[in-house]
Amino acid sequence: MSKLITCSHVDFGYENHDAVIDLNMEAESGDYLCIVGENGSGKSTLIKGLLGLLKPTGGTLIIAEELKKTGIGYLPQQTMSQRDFPATVYEVVISGCLSKRGNRPFYSAREKSLAVENMEKLGIGNLKRHCYRELSGGQKQRVLIARALCATKQMLILDEPITGLDPSAIQDFYHLIRRLNKEEGVTILMVTHDVVNVSREANKILHLKQKVLFYGTPEEYRTSRAGQLFLGES
Amino acid sequence: MNMILEMMSYPFLVRAVIGGVLVSLCASLLGVSLVLKRYSMIGDGLSHVSFGALSVALAAGWSPLKFSIPVVIIAAFFLLRITENGKLKSDAAIAIISASALAFGIVVTSLTTGMTTDVSSYMFGSILAMSSEDVRMTVIVSVIVLGMFFFCYNKVFAVTFDESFAKATGVSVSLYNVLIAVLTAVTIVLGMRMMGAMLISSLIIFPALTSMRVFKSFQGVVWSSGILSVVCFCVGMVFSYGCSTPAGASVVLVNLAAFLIFSGVQAVRKCL
Repeated sequence: MSKLITCSHVDFGYENHDAVIDLNMEAESGDYLCIVGENGSGKSTLIKGLLGLLKPTGGTLIIAEELKKTGIGYLPQQTMSQRDFPATVYEVVISGCLSKRGNRPFYSAREKSLAVENMEKLGIGNLKRHCYRELSGGQKQRVLIARALCATKQMLILDEPITGLDPSAIQDFYHLIRRLNKEEGVTILMVTHDVVNVSREANKILHLKQKVLFYGTPEEYRTSRAGQLFLGES
Repeated sequence: MNMILEMMSYPFLVRAVIGGVLVSLCASLLGVSLVLKRYSMIGDGLSHVSFGALSVALAAGWSPLKFSIPVVIIAAFFLLRITENGKLKSDAAIAIISASALAFGIVVTSLTTGMTTDVSSYMFGSILAMSSEDVRMTVIVSVIVLGMFFFCYNKVFAVTFDESFAKATGVSVSLYNVLIAVLTAVTIVLGMRMMGAMLISSLIIFPALTSMRVFKSFQGVVWSSGILSVVCFCVGMVFSYGCSTPAGASVVLVNLAAFLIFSGVQAVRKCL
């Protein structure tokens, strides 16, 4: 188990406002780490920081060399404008290869076959020529995961992935993520509100409210004060 | 056929057709990205700012292009900022800027020269407006736009589809946004005097919107928008020549017809 991300006493923030204070955590390869917390508790800021879009304002953030090389697969929240976006599934998935490509203008045969391979893996191979906007919520999610996997197989960061999915699609989704985590060895970092489901799935939980309220295993979380409050609420 | 040959015997019409085809092509390609990112209003705002800038240049006796292009590029930066930050209601903010720029242009003009035909032709377009200098500029701009779509097609797709993902994979999203806004600004200034300040934004919005009715892939929409805009422009010009209607308005009406036809195709497809 190698450490992919290590945060020690890290602060993240904007000009005059600290969104995350004194964060200690590590993500090892093969981890399934969930970040929970209320709205505005600094979760999205933390994600930006881990993706390298925001520099820490204090402490040290160490990203392992192997992760720097391959990058992080990212599944952002879906935006309004994507709802009626004309694009085929294949076009969306292959855009995940962009990071590997540097300044070369076109995709190589290897990248094309990687895109097809990832679509097969997520069971959307038959949808290759379908239009993204005509898919169901669960299918869209699979397309975006396939895209993220084109970027890297090391680590996926998912930002509130189950928003807008129906209950059966949510179960499918957790099943899929579990498979990627266990069988493919993909490290998962997930921001979510769905504490109840997540405390069964993850091996680590980070409860954030600007500062770290809890960091540890789900078993410990259930008995902790922060966990009982949050689980009781939801 | 005879009519087309006859049209080509007028040098000003040849210039108008070459300039117009290139402006339509650029506007439609940039429009795909703008429309899909919900930035269509930027095109509209820029055309009004461009009108204001042209009126001022005219009143002061400056070269219209050399003055308006920088002003409109600055406006493009500004509008993009407003839209990206989302602090003000961006559609409302753009409406305020459009109206103010328009009003400013009208007041400046009436204080100096009075509402001459020049200004009216800026509002609704004039076929005589394309000078050879304008045509040269449109060639340069279209080479840049086509080059961007050819070499950076995949990045343009990524930035248009999902900015956050593109950012996370290391594409410099703001660079592309600025590039698209600046190219849009220049395209609008070049096309405005022919199409008219009131009508130029339709060249940006119509082809993309029309293509989206029928095509399901991004590539399909890009190709279709480019081809459609050129076809609609040429049909509009012939129509305008044949019926002696203003060129800008005729092109917009042809675009509307194409939109209705494509919407019809979409409706029929849904029923099948």
